[in-house]
Amino acid sequence: MNFSVLQFPASNCDQDAVHAIRLLGHSAQLVWHKDASLGDTDAVIVPGGFSYGDYLRCGAIARFSPVMQAVKQFADNGGLVLGICNGFQVLTEAGLLPGALIRNRDLQFHCENIFLKTATSDSPFTSKIPVGKILRVPIAHGEGCYFADEETLAKLKANNQILWQYCDASGNLTDTANPNGALQNIAGICNEKRNVAGLMPHPERACEPLLGSDDGKWIFESIFAALKNKTVAAAA
Amino acid sequence: MKAKIIITPKKAVLDPQGKTVQSALEHMGYTGVTGVHIGKYIEIDLAPGTDKAAAQKALNDAAHKLLSNPVIEDYKLEIE
Repeated sequence: MNFSVLQFPASNCDQDAVHAIRLLGHSAQLVWHKDASLGDTDAVIVPGGFSYGDYLRCGAIARFSPVMQAVKQFADNGGLVLGICNGFQVLTEAGLLPGALIRNRDLQFHCENIFLKTATSDSPFTSKIPVGKILRVPIAHGEGCYFADEETLAKLKANNQILWQYCDASGNLTDTANPNGALQNIAGICNEKRNVAGLMPHPERACEPLLGSDDGKWIFESIFAALKNKTVAAAA
Repeated sequence: MKAKIIITPKKAVLDPQGKTVQSALEHMGYTGVTGVHIGKYIEIDLAPGTDKAAAQKALNDAAHKLLSNPVIEDYKLEIE
């Protein structure tokens, strides 16, 4: 499978995402923010960082870059798009995902390992995560507090769009396990069509034991499996 | 000509900066403060002779699309 990893000015997890995908046996290419085309690609990663210096609001400027118009079209056609950290912020700003990410409730930048509970296996981003497995992955953000109005939140719940929630080591969704004050401990969600997802934690930084955890690979393995199914379906 | 845009967090949105400043003010002895909301102020210079109604329309559009995020923020636009 071939992944396109976007590169904005001040993206800084683009190389990590490329590394993780190659490590897991697939290919990845970087796509510059001024490119109007994604080229030949099976899935898109919008990586972490501080695109355009986080000026105005995180992700606010990046969403208007030429490459994002291509991503929008790719997503509209059912393509798989995963936004990580700043990438999640970009996708909410672009309206590809509902809600917004605001300043952490304690005003601090959090750089630490957290625990994630997968709320549903019914998505191309979670299907291969072993049932009941609590993922240990790092976060590194100052604006990761997920917010959505009540109506949107109710819709997210009704449609099973909440994919990951912050929890403690045993999987309890406690307030102390919530690093940023996100509503309902939300760490990641998907859109209604389930082909676009975003999360604040960094699975690409946790794909090999050398880095302390390889739990992040389950998210990528889910995407690989979804793409494989799609290819098989298309060939049949 | 100048356009002034004031962006504030929506009431339902957590505003930890506002809360922190409010408690600092209380700590300093300023009484009667019932709320602090921290937003942004944007000043936009417009070419002389710009049609005010057209500018109003264009800037409302820009404020909605880029300058503010309607999910979490409200804005007020003034042209003078």
